[in-house]
Amino acid sequence: MNDPFALLGLPVQYALDRSALESAYRQVQGVVHPDRFATSSDRDLRVAVQWATATNEAVRVLRDPVKRAALLCERHGHPVDAESNTSMPASFLIQQMSWRESLDEARDSGDPAALEALRRSLDAARTSLSQRVERSIDHQQNWVEAVAAVREWMFVERFADAVEAAEFALG
Amino acid sequence: MALLQIAEPGQSSAPHEHRLAIGIDLGTTNSLVATVRSGLPEVIVDESGRALLPSAVWYRANHPPVVGQGALAQRITDPRNVVVSVKRWMGRSLSEIDSLADLGDSGPRSPVQVSAEILKTLRERAEQALGAAPDSLGIRHQEIMGAVITVPAHFDDAQRQATKDSARLAGIPVLRLLNEPTAAAIAYGLDQQAQGRFVVYDLGGGTFDVSILQLSRGVFEVLSTGGDTALGGDDFDRTLFEYLTGLIRPAALPGSTPSALSDTDTSTLSDADTSALRVESRRVKELLSTLAEVHVDFRLPSGQHVVATVTAAEFEQRSAALLSRTILTTRRALRDAGMQASDADGVVLVGGATRMPAVRRAVADLFGREPLTNLDPDQVVALGAAMQANLLVGNRAPGDDWLLLDVIPLSLGLETMGGLVERILARNTTIPAARAQEFTTFKDGQTAMAVHVVQGERELVADCRSLGRFELRGIPPMVAGAARIQVTFQVDADGLLSVAARELSTGVEASVTVKPSYGLGDEAIAQMLTDAFGHAEEDARLRSLHEQGVDAERLLLATQTAIDQDGQLLSVADQALIGQRMAELSVLRETLKDADALRAGIAALSAATEGFAAARMDQAVRQALAGRRVEDLDTNV
Repeated sequence: MNDPFALLGLPVQYALDRSALESAYRQVQGVVHPDRFATSSDRDLRVAVQWATATNEAVRVLRDPVKRAALLCERHGHPVDAESNTSMPASFLIQQMSWRESLDEARDSGDPAALEALRRSLDAARTSLSQRVERSIDHQQNWVEAVAAVREWMFVERFADAVEAAEFALG
Repeated sequence: MALLQIAEPGQSSAPHEHRLAIGIDLGTTNSLVATVRSGLPEVIVDESGRALLPSAVWYRANHPPVVGQGALAQRITDPRNVVVSVKRWMGRSLSEIDSLADLGDSGPRSPVQVSAEILKTLRERAEQALGAAPDSLGIRHQEIMGAVITVPAHFDDAQRQATKDSARLAGIPVLRLLNEPTAAAIAYGLDQQAQGRFVVYDLGGGTFDVSILQLSRGVFEVLSTGGDTALGGDDFDRTLFEYLTGLIRPAALPGSTPSALSDTDTSTLSDADTSALRVESRRVKELLSTLAEVHVDFRLPSGQHVVATVTAAEFEQRSAALLSRTILTTRRALRDAGMQASDADGVVLVGGATRMPAVRRAVADLFGREPLTNLDPDQVVALGAAMQANLLVGNRAPGDDWLLLDVIPLSLGLETMGGLVERILARNTTIPAARAQEFTTFKDGQTAMAVHVVQGERELVADCRSLGRFELRGIPPMVAGAARIQVTFQVDADGLLSVAARELSTGVEASVTVKPSYGLGDEAIAQMLTDAFGHAEEDARLRSLHEQGVDAERLLLATQTAIDQDGQLLSVADQALIGQRMAELSVLRETLKDADALRAGIAALSAATEGFAAARMDQAVRQALAGRRVEDLDTNV
């Protein structure tokens, strides 16, 4: 019940058929959701709540490519350990700094076009990271490389949150 | 697509029996009750044909309270004893609410008690209409099996608990609490067979909600929700009330210039004048939904006079700030759902306050499309609740099935050092949900830890709602940072939270179902129930025994059905153990003497069959997924 891939009947890999995930999620919730047990015994209701909770958690992890990749790394004995291990390649740090500067400038000038450009480069970075992760996990089983890519991706997502907040503030 | 059904315990004996179920919209200004008859949802009206029950209660010494229109009529003659808009106080303790602590003639009432009066009136209305009322001998031939009660999506844990407690006090079995915008989406979605992403903008009398849902093939998945439980049509009335207050002329000097009453100073108005002017303000607001201007020529009970011409433009300008708050909240909910306004496939307006033209215009401007209003905005929530209740009690026809996946509206977290909030479950997490987080001690030899549970989006505990506190004691003395304390949050499908804490190296545990902050524990509720029904202690004991007997029977039947269907999942030893527990429980149920022994017997059988229930669930999930694969193949061929 606690393995997201097994619970939803999906292959244990990074590459994901999103529509298969969504359909499996609905299928499983259709069976386990507590609303199916509204007039049942407390025992059945309790079991239903446990399963529905595990199913929601499974889909939350699998829908998110970073969490999905991190789970696979951890299962193969390479936890990502994002908090304790913070050394990053210099090229990546330079890229981060230039992004942060662009964001500050866009915020100061209130220029939606500059934010839009930032978002496009973030999308490009995500696509390339996803390819790196898929290659290293599904094809090469290169866990060291996979962990490095996942950690970079986490930074990218944190930065993406800041860009989104700035966009929202601009309206 | 046919979903594989798990046989539902207790339902196999009479599959075609129609079970009575109701949906209740417990609103700030008005409440409604609805049901599904012959497959169609309908609102149940009172003997005068009225669907809306004003959410007003008039208390009198030595008489039962009056609910609804009759209470509203007393607002001007006896304003101190009429409670309106009690929903605004749900989940608060009496010490926070002057108006209820000070009910002139009949003593203080809690918001839970006042709401229970409204619910009781709705229950009786439904019982009359559905043939479930007791006959002349006091015998019920049919019973309402359960109710779905709606709450604002943005209600916090305390407000939800308070609502559930009110229902208990009113003698209504609650199948589920349902978020109001989700209920509206059910009514609309099933009516229109809609697919795609829908926005429900719900401006009621006292609360504002916005929910964004993904509708596809019988699944209603809430993507995000936002709202404000202290913003509604009442606040729009208030802008007019303040405006009109400023125009009051003293009785003695007709024709003089407007009096010295300032816009905000209403303290010099008597209770009766205030009530009368509130009623007049609402009337003007409602007229301005269809008229460009309204001429007011109104005499207050005190004899003072208000003469004014209020234009729609003036009203809109005075209420513009309220409207922008709802639009900003809507934009936040869109962001949380990861979409733009233009991505919405439809926008639905719910709540009487959405009749204001300015609201319709603002929503249409934001989304670039006209909102849907074809279902009555006052009724749509109750209709959706009735449909959900009908589904939950098992009345659904084959193929007429859907699933609701809702979210928590506000983040749940814990207080950490320095009065900061550590978020455990983020807002918009799909429920039911659970999450655990580890904490540690900060002092050498620390043997206890205080757990303070809060709800809200702010960083500081002081800015969030406090839901409850408990202590984990008996942690063995260790150096600071060595203890590993795991705190687990579990939110059920009603959005209600329970919290458990456990020290991992020793297994010391403490847990709490969070329901203390508004000051009603289980004991207080039990006391109120006793008072409400006038049960002597003996009656209460028999009632509890009867309830335990019903539970025991249900569990026995469910277990037997499960063994008949899936006995092969059990080892011989497990079969023997379960058989023994069943036999013991059967004896206890037949003698029906001791409620505590019955409760223990139910717990013992439940424990012995927990693994079996999980194994059956696993099997059902496998079969459902296998069915899907076969179907995928079919469509690919």
